[in-house]
Amino acid sequence: MNLQRINEIIDGTIRLDCSSFHDYTNAFASDLMSDVLRFQMEKTVLITGLCTIQAIRTAEIINISCIIFGRGKQVTEEMLILAKEHRISIVVSGATVFEIAGKLYQNGLKPIPR
Amino acid sequence: MKMHYDIEGGNFSAAGRASSEIKKTLKQFNIAPALVRRIAIALYEAEVNVVAHAWKGTMNVDLTPEGINVVVEDEGPGIEDIGKAMEEGFSTASDRVRQMGFGAGMGLPNIRKNCDEMYLSSTPGVGTRLEIKVYFGASSVCESCHRNFPAE
Repeated sequence: MNLQRINEIIDGTIRLDCSSFHDYTNAFASDLMSDVLRFQMEKTVLITGLCTIQAIRTAEIINISCIIFGRGKQVTEEMLILAKEHRISIVVSGATVFEIAGKLYQNGLKPIPR
Repeated sequence: MKMHYDIEGGNFSAAGRASSEIKKTLKQFNIAPALVRRIAIALYEAEVNVVAHAWKGTMNVDLTPEGINVVVEDEGPGIEDIGKAMEEGFSTASDRVRQMGFGAGMGLPNIRKNCDEMYLSSTPGVGTRLEIKVYFGASSVCESCHRNFPAE
């Protein structure tokens, strides 16, 4: 699933499109960055309500190339600059993390392997 | 190859910069992606720990064809009970740290999981020293890249 399709499903807004990657197969939802760092995140979209510079930095460290910020969070310019530097696409949505995860699951994204 | 980074306590905007730079360097030397991932996670957790708990710290990296050795030292409150600090879920982090998505007591166990050797010592009221080693192994660096690896 590519970035455009993900955005369409959750009715979000793409704030930054760095999509060189077109085959997202998994999604992971968490506001706890230490938990994000505990799993394999290849081909995975991160869904979070934690809208801080650390969400971007964590994604970079664990090789996540797309973050969806839920609950209507505002992404700062500083976050966008860091995301662009590391080619991480940013999508925002007013929906809750639960709703975003549900819609993506319904449309075929899988949980990460445990 | 040796690298040195200063880490500023409390500065969450900069937290992860050193780990990110080291990750970039490891990728440039074509270290196996799985190893780069493990090292980046361990260093990032260690760096966030300094930012979250200490006043200031340093990260010193020694990169050789055999592996990476990283020493993270800080000046700060130290750790009262290292055994307890290594337990999953134990944390003394402030609310501010938790708002940043950390402080759930996963950091040190996550570091241990991602390195081959880990040595932690601390003097309460003075600071903490963490040493991490990850060995690259024979198959982790390709022959041509190995030749380009920087000499010590």
